[in-house]
Amino acid sequence: MSREQLIVQTARKAFQTGRSKPLEYRLHQLKSLLRFLTERRGDIADAVKRDLGKSERGTELFETIGLEGEIKLAIENLAEWAAPRPVEKSLLTITDEVYVQPEPLGLVLIIGAWNYPWAVTLQPLVGAIAAGNAAVIKPSEVSSHSAKVMEEFLPQYLDKDLYPVVTGGVPESQELLKQRFDHIFYTGSSTVGKVVMEAAARHLTPVTLELGGKSPCYIDKDCDITVACRRITWGKFVNCGQTCIAPDYILCEPSIQSRVVEEINRCIKEFYTDNPKTFEDYGRIINQRHFKRVMALMEGSTVAVGGDSDESQCYIAPTVLKDVTGESKVMTEEIFGPLLPIITVSGVNEAIQFINEREKPLVVYVFSHDNKLIKRVIAETSSGALLANDCLVHFTVSALPFGGVGNSGMGCYHGRHSFDQLSHLRSCLIKQLKMEGVNSMRYPPHTAKKLGWARFFLLKQVNVCRLRRVALLTMLAGLVAFVMQRFL
Amino acid sequence: MSSPPSPSPDRWFKLRRTRLGEPCLKTYTLECGDLLRRARVAFQTGRTLKEVFRLTQLEAVVRFLDEHECDFVEALARDLHKPRFETVLSELTVVKNEARHAINNLKKWMKPLHMERNLSTTMDECLVVSEPLGVVFIIGTWCSPIQMCLVPLVGAIAAGNCAIIGPSECTAHTAELLHRLIPFYLDNECFHVILSSVNDLPKVVELKFDHVFFSGNREDGSRIAQAAARTLTPVTLILSGKNPCYVDQQCEIATTAQRIAWARFHNAGQSLVAPDYVLCHADVKAQLVEALKYYLMQFYGCDPRKSCSYGRMVNLDLFNRTRDMLWRSGKVVVGGQVIEAEKYIAPTILTEVTETDAIMQKEICGPVLPVLTVISRLMSETSSGSFCANDSILQSLMVALPFGGVGASGMGSYHGRYSFDTFSHRKSCLLRSTRFECVTYLRYPPYEDRNLSLMTWASTVSQKSQGWCQIL
Repeated sequence: MSREQLIVQTARKAFQTGRSKPLEYRLHQLKSLLRFLTERRGDIADAVKRDLGKSERGTELFETIGLEGEIKLAIENLAEWAAPRPVEKSLLTITDEVYVQPEPLGLVLIIGAWNYPWAVTLQPLVGAIAAGNAAVIKPSEVSSHSAKVMEEFLPQYLDKDLYPVVTGGVPESQELLKQRFDHIFYTGSSTVGKVVMEAAARHLTPVTLELGGKSPCYIDKDCDITVACRRITWGKFVNCGQTCIAPDYILCEPSIQSRVVEEINRCIKEFYTDNPKTFEDYGRIINQRHFKRVMALMEGSTVAVGGDSDESQCYIAPTVLKDVTGESKVMTEEIFGPLLPIITVSGVNEAIQFINEREKPLVVYVFSHDNKLIKRVIAETSSGALLANDCLVHFTVSALPFGGVGNSGMGCYHGRHSFDQLSHLRSCLIKQLKMEGVNSMRYPPHTAKKLGWARFFLLKQVNVCRLRRVALLTMLAGLVAFVMQRFL
Repeated sequence: MSSPPSPSPDRWFKLRRTRLGEPCLKTYTLECGDLLRRARVAFQTGRTLKEVFRLTQLEAVVRFLDEHECDFVEALARDLHKPRFETVLSELTVVKNEARHAINNLKKWMKPLHMERNLSTTMDECLVVSEPLGVVFIIGTWCSPIQMCLVPLVGAIAAGNCAIIGPSECTAHTAELLHRLIPFYLDNECFHVILSSVNDLPKVVELKFDHVFFSGNREDGSRIAQAAARTLTPVTLILSGKNPCYVDQQCEIATTAQRIAWARFHNAGQSLVAPDYVLCHADVKAQLVEALKYYLMQFYGCDPRKSCSYGRMVNLDLFNRTRDMLWRSGKVVVGGQVIEAEKYIAPTILTEVTETDAIMQKEICGPVLPVLTVISRLMSETSSGSFCANDSILQSLMVALPFGGVGASGMGSYHGRYSFDTFSHRKSCLLRSTRFECVTYLRYPPYEDRNLSLMTWASTVSQKSQGWCQIL
């Protein structure tokens, strides 16, 4: 038996003991996870610095604050999320208990990504624990330092058998994917997403795929261009452009293009100083392979800002490209790097058409004062999410489901959505063995009369609340009539 | 809105005849590709996005079922020997119910959902907008052919999608009826009916739809899911499995037996939700079997073959499969008669069945009910698609309850609002303004320790509700 098979078997046996189901246990594990983040803050920051060149403050801002928020939200709301959810009754079920009961799925596989190695690997774990599942955590081998820290320290805080961490590369992942899980949660590229989904399909395992895409950013000419460019610059160059929801490219009218370039240039200097290479708060490309990939994308476009690089450090300066068209090299794949192409369009109509000709992205960004324009983009394009007048921040609103559509993924999470995604919402109908007379119309031998009654009961759209109100009103009317007759 | 245009004439030229003179249609994969392209073009015109269009199509579905009730009853009688009562109730009425529920609630479902706002997002609009996925592929199963094709179709239409429907080839008359009549009721470009054999379905799925809804058995479900994975197509699978039915020693045996008998033997046992086997306490087993025998007599008389309330197996393959399982398992205490020429299997109850018998290895999908005894069993530690106490099947008729499987019985759910949600993408929209930049500046580099403390403090304050940091 392979190591992965053994780990999976142990986790499943641990789940079958039933200990992950009581709410107290889930809360205890969530609180331990929170302690892990606070006590191991230094180790986590150190690992991310070595993986991505991110500063300690950057790590806290972009990885751990969000995680802490999710855990606290789950702890506070768990009782409500896990409670049975009553549903609308009908005439036929008026005396019965009808509800949806959230239940754990069983054993979940969480495959993390390297760009935010802690946030995207542990946030689904919060949902898995909250929903009462066991989970096998497979951090990305590309962010190897973070994976090592996770493997070493997480078992000291969480149940070792229920939540094992499995590190390794492609062979280990493939071995894991041969095993049977009750849900697979994958964050990464569309290419690998297909492989994961196909492996899951063999066992009829449902999946949540958080994939990527090219997220367009449309800047309306009548908007506050200074503020818009600031927010776009921030959103683009955080983590050196290696964010799945980073604005991938800009669409704007030719008349504002030079102003946009100028503003972005100014913001880059403001955020990262004149020499981003030596500046602590500017990151690096994860590895040589991605460095070469991103550099190759610049081919054929004009560099308007930045453009310098240093292969020994995997450093690429914050770069803006112009004279870009739909066919340019930089438009053939998701950039995932600090290159910001600007494509000119004649207006919002052409922008919408441009966006719709391509695969559905994770997010569409619109910068405009005009509410009607924003609503139009919402209605006429499709994407995982839409964010108007800012970048990235919808990720932090736990009430909003976060996920893709089409090529950018399927399923969603964050907050309560993580809980629901990793639960089975089981329909429950509890009837009594009494009142069998009512049921007689359904039993054979079938007669026309029985059919008539059955039609009445099933087809009649009865609003039970209205029935109650009508009954109450009738009673009240009767009482009033009685009083009037008696005393007046 | 004017009535839908009449069907294009070239549909009629694809009719071929079997050697028995029965109609036999087959839509080849190439043709399916063509229909998919037409549906995509129709979707891109944007007409399915309008509420009026969706309402018209839903009303047309109701009219379709009302106006052709007799045709449906006849087609199902020929395919499954289904009694009129069952066709009207469990097929037509259920679909009409779903359609009317969708019509009554469509406006509400289409409205963007405003998410709870809190201190951090008071100045923004947080919405979840339900948008259609595009073109969906609905593959029906044969045991309730109309319900399994048209209930998901109602959800797909309500959510604003175009759809291609593939009813099962096993119920050929019903499939032909849908293929012939749907063009008279629904938009000819947006909705198409194809006839594909189950082996060709993975090829059709690979043409790339935006969602695939499949009902049927596990093996086919797995093949469809794998084909869908190759094009990153989300799926909903409603699969058959072994639905256990536990009878406690403390219950009213007569009513229990009546409800179980009804659930198991309607449609000659061919149902995804019927109880597959009974686990009953040893003390009550004899009583239960006697009661079941009594009610079977009540329902179908001494000779169920002559009863018009009793069905037949859909085809010889299934007949043979069920008969083999029956002959190789346990002991027959009621029924057991089989007539191959009529594909008739009498309502049968088996006892002395062990867990290793043939009949306990796969789902039954026929009128055979094994009764196993258990000494005691804790049923609270189980998982299933749905759960029904003291009755059967009814939970699948409720529009308010999600209907679907878990694990090997499937993924995803539908009925009522859940159908609408299955075929929608719920898009998160966060609409901010470009004012208050004086507050937003705290998040920009260079990162300062004091800014970080401020933000940590602010995000802790707003933890009470569901968002964090407007300052970000």
